Amino acid sequence: MNDLLTTLNYNAWILPVLLLLPMAGAAAVWLHGRLSPSATPEQAAGTTRQLRRIVFAIFVVEAVLSLGLWWSVDTTSTAWQAYYSRPWIPMWGMHVTLGIDGISLMLILLTTLIMPLAVLGGWTSVREKLHAYFALLMVLTTGMLGVFMSLDLMLFFVMWELMLVPMYLIIGIWGGQRRLYASLKFFIYTMLGSMPMLVAILYIGVRTGDPFGRPSFSYDWILAHATFNGPTTLWLFAAFFVAFAVKVPIWPFHTWLPDAHVEAPTAGSVVLASIMLKVGTFGFLRFAVPLFPGVASYPPVRFAILTLAVIGIVYGALVAMVQPDFKKLVAYSSVSHLGFVMLGIFAMTVQSVQGALFVNLAHGVSTGALFLLVGMMYERRHSRLLDDYGGIAKVMPVFATILTIVSFSSIGVPGTNGFVGEFLVLVGSFRTQPIFALIASTAVIFAAAYLLWALQRIIYNPLTKPENKILPDLNWREIGLLLPLLFAIVWLGVYPAPVLDRTREAAARFVHRVEASSLNLGLGPNVEIR
Amino acid sequence: MTFDLSIPSQLMQALTPDLALMGGAMVLMLVAAWRPDSDRHQRLVGYGSIGVLLVTLVLVLWFGARGLSSGSGVIAVDGFRFAADALFILAALGAVALGIEYNGREGIWSAESHVLVLFATSGMMIMAAARDLMIVFLGIEMMSIAVYVLAGMNRRSPRSAEAALKYFLLGAFSTGFLLYGIALVYGATGSTNLTTISDHIVQYQLGHQSMLLMGVGLLLVGFGFKVAAVPFHMWAPDVYEGAPTPITAYMAAAVKAAAFAAFLRVWRESFDLLDFAWLVPLWWIAAATMVYGNVVALAQRNVKRMLAYSSIVHSGYLLVAIAAGTNSGSAAFLFYLLAYTLATFGAFAVVCAMSRTGDRDLEISDYEGLWRVRPGLAIGMAVCMLALLGFPVFGGAGFWAKVYVLAAAEATPFRHLVPLTVLLVLASVISAGYYLQVVRVMFMKPRPDGAQDPAPMGTLTRVVLAVSVVLVLLVGLVPSRVVGWARDNQPAPPKSLGAPSATKAP
Repeated sequence: MNDLLTTLNYNAWILPVLLLLPMAGAAAVWLHGRLSPSATPEQAAGTTRQLRRIVFAIFVVEAVLSLGLWWSVDTTSTAWQAYYSRPWIPMWGMHVTLGIDGISLMLILLTTLIMPLAVLGGWTSVREKLHAYFALLMVLTTGMLGVFMSLDLMLFFVMWELMLVPMYLIIGIWGGQRRLYASLKFFIYTMLGSMPMLVAILYIGVRTGDPFGRPSFSYDWILAHATFNGPTTLWLFAAFFVAFAVKVPIWPFHTWLPDAHVEAPTAGSVVLASIMLKVGTFGFLRFAVPLFPGVASYPPVRFAILTLAVIGIVYGALVAMVQPDFKKLVAYSSVSHLGFVMLGIFAMTVQSVQGALFVNLAHGVSTGALFLLVGMMYERRHSRLLDDYGGIAKVMPVFATILTIVSFSSIGVPGTNGFVGEFLVLVGSFRTQPIFALIASTAVIFAAAYLLWALQRIIYNPLTKPENKILPDLNWREIGLLLPLLFAIVWLGVYPAPVLDRTREAAARFVHRVEASSLNLGLGPNVEIR
Repeated sequence: MTFDLSIPSQLMQALTPDLALMGGAMVLMLVAAWRPDSDRHQRLVGYGSIGVLLVTLVLVLWFGARGLSSGSGVIAVDGFRFAADALFILAALGAVALGIEYNGREGIWSAESHVLVLFATSGMMIMAAARDLMIVFLGIEMMSIAVYVLAGMNRRSPRSAEAALKYFLLGAFSTGFLLYGIALVYGATGSTNLTTISDHIVQYQLGHQSMLLMGVGLLLVGFGFKVAAVPFHMWAPDVYEGAPTPITAYMAAAVKAAAFAAFLRVWRESFDLLDFAWLVPLWWIAAATMVYGNVVALAQRNVKRMLAYSSIVHSGYLLVAIAAGTNSGSAAFLFYLLAYTLATFGAFAVVCAMSRTGDRDLEISDYEGLWRVRPGLAIGMAVCMLALLGFPVFGGAGFWAKVYVLAAAEATPFRHLVPLTVLLVLASVISAGYYLQVVRVMFMKPRPDGAQDPAPMGTLTRVVLAVSVVLVLLVGLVPSRVVGWARDNQPAPPKSLGAPSATKAP
């Protein structure tokens, strides 16, 4: 495989192609909308069918192209893989610099693999203004991939904001009852978080500067050359922290999440939960902590963040337990899971960071699958309330089976992907932060409680409601789109080694960087004491 | 080439673009008076004005590209002047193009309205060129008097008359401040020439002289009125709401830009050393303008009023660039003005296209569900709103404009400008509340039952909207050329004409 990729010179072009393909796809979708006939209902239906196939094909091509990264990326190397750089605004020191390592590799693959499934999952639920919907979904994909690939702070910021408008419109136009409120809340929260980060990025870029006296926004350059004194780094870290904390979301910055996730259409919820929550934790791993290791390992700061993370873990689980609405329950469970990721990152042992990366991945798979299943329920019954269901196992056996497996993986039952990540986080953080790890471990029990209770109310209790007796079981499209996710759940749960091998080096470098500089409040280990 | 401004022929040469515009305006004034008012005649003069403006634009760009300079004198010949001129002409082109169709619809058949735009523009060009406080004053008056009339151009509308009167009274009031400031500065330094003023401040160590500082303060107030900075902004919302829509766009973009251009040059060339005195007041004015404008804009239901407050807010952002007081500050200022002018004209083109005879349908709720009936208009408006919000990619140039201002302010040695940049971005989060309100109403609400579809768009309005939106997006993707343009066009101090003039005066 590697030989084939080398002959194609795969690493040289893959990242820009992955970024541009969805953009080109968005343009193609727009053109399709202009050129296709839709005068009669038959024509419109034909156009819609054709459009869905085109979009699905583009996302599949994107996924297949990205798969090569699994083999071509050398995650043990200290150099950036698939590196690509060209000038963008040279006088401001801004470049289009792309590159990945073990941390971003998994997230990029998660993105490209989830997207076609998200499209399939929303195959029939979105009916109006399809062209705009799919075009926005594609722009969103570019934004998410761009965040994971950017090695230039300004490019990163642009990509970060690029995600915002499509998701805002997707929630606001195709969302549920309270979509106007949810979309605005989502937008304002995210923007409120990211604006201070813009100031911080500019401050770093302008005050660092390259050898030619221009500002420099290159990640590597800043990592090696930026020097700021203690209080300034604290402020800069705070700016990055708020931006990422809103996105993760860390308690108490999470209140946009239940609204946005619940009101978004199925594909939107899947993308939000599986991928867009990961950009927050990715931001900590790539930017906030490595740029300011001194602050991140400064005991009071670290203690505060760990406290918030653990509060989020327990709070998310407890609030999920009392939700009458299944979609909201899944949304709150995300708050809890992402708390584990934060705990893993800030416990700062190789094991816990690897665990955090793994939880990211596992949560993407299992929560994505849960949102898809909720969407399937909703399409049939037009209700998300747990009490409207009961005894579904009798009428929808396939659905019930899959929902059970996915719930187990979300709970973290051994043998599923959920177990590996949380176990690693807990084991890893127990070494440095025993008390936090202890409190966090209770959440595993809560998770079992809220999900099993929900399962009981949906698929087991007696089948009393007449509406539920006629629900059709999953069709082949739905089974087909869930199968890859089920495969991932079992594979990652039983044989996680390939993933862990690929993240080990990156996690070790991350931890080493923090430890090396935990003695000074400077920007990095290369800071000279003047 | 370096002009020696003490020689009349060279002074005339240095003023060629301005003279071309004024000459064209005078000819067109005669043409306008030649025949009785009619829609056809109004259109004819309008197209003539566009022609004159295009000729002037070519001249300005040509002069700007030649890298001219001048010796000391009453006017400046530098890149900054021609870059600012190009922006004014761009705005004037938009105003006349929108005005031709707007006037036709509203039955404003006085052909002079277009010619007055030309006169106002030539006043602005004088302001951008002025290197003497008296010339600044002359330019302001030329511009203002034309714009007073323009604001009241719709004689059938009482709101338009109110706008004109208010604008006139407060304009005269603020001119008083300016003039008194000029007088005090003259009294303290013995000169109205910008270069001489700064020389004398250094030479005679006038930095702490109270008469000079009072003069600077009064000038600050006067310019504050002209750019509608809080607390000198009260006239703006009423005037912007009442004036004919194309004129509102022109005022929001060009009139303010001209005041800023003069402000910037006076501050950079004369009072650069007095920053200890004006920086703190300017800081507070900028902060108040950003916060107050944004909060009040949130409450607006009328699109024109909302855009009026948004223009107040953008004055606040531009004041941050002025406060930076560096070369990158003035480059950021030019870039910002370009992005702002484009976005403003795009937005007002949509407002023109949406409103009906008698300036009805200007409430934000009239835009409900626009996307479903007129996707082009809705997307154009959304791009302009996001550009004014300063959002990357979708708002294109608006984002880089904001980045440029922020970076310029952060690169200055004054550390206390950093909190101002934080305030700027937080204020822009507030502004998301009203800019997004428009996006949300257009895209996320259904079209109300019984709402009339907007009338078909005129060609010129369509062109203005398309050009603005395309440029906003294009500059957003590849800003480097425009950044280079803004950076290369700095206000340059006069050159000493050493050898040649010495030989001439034996």
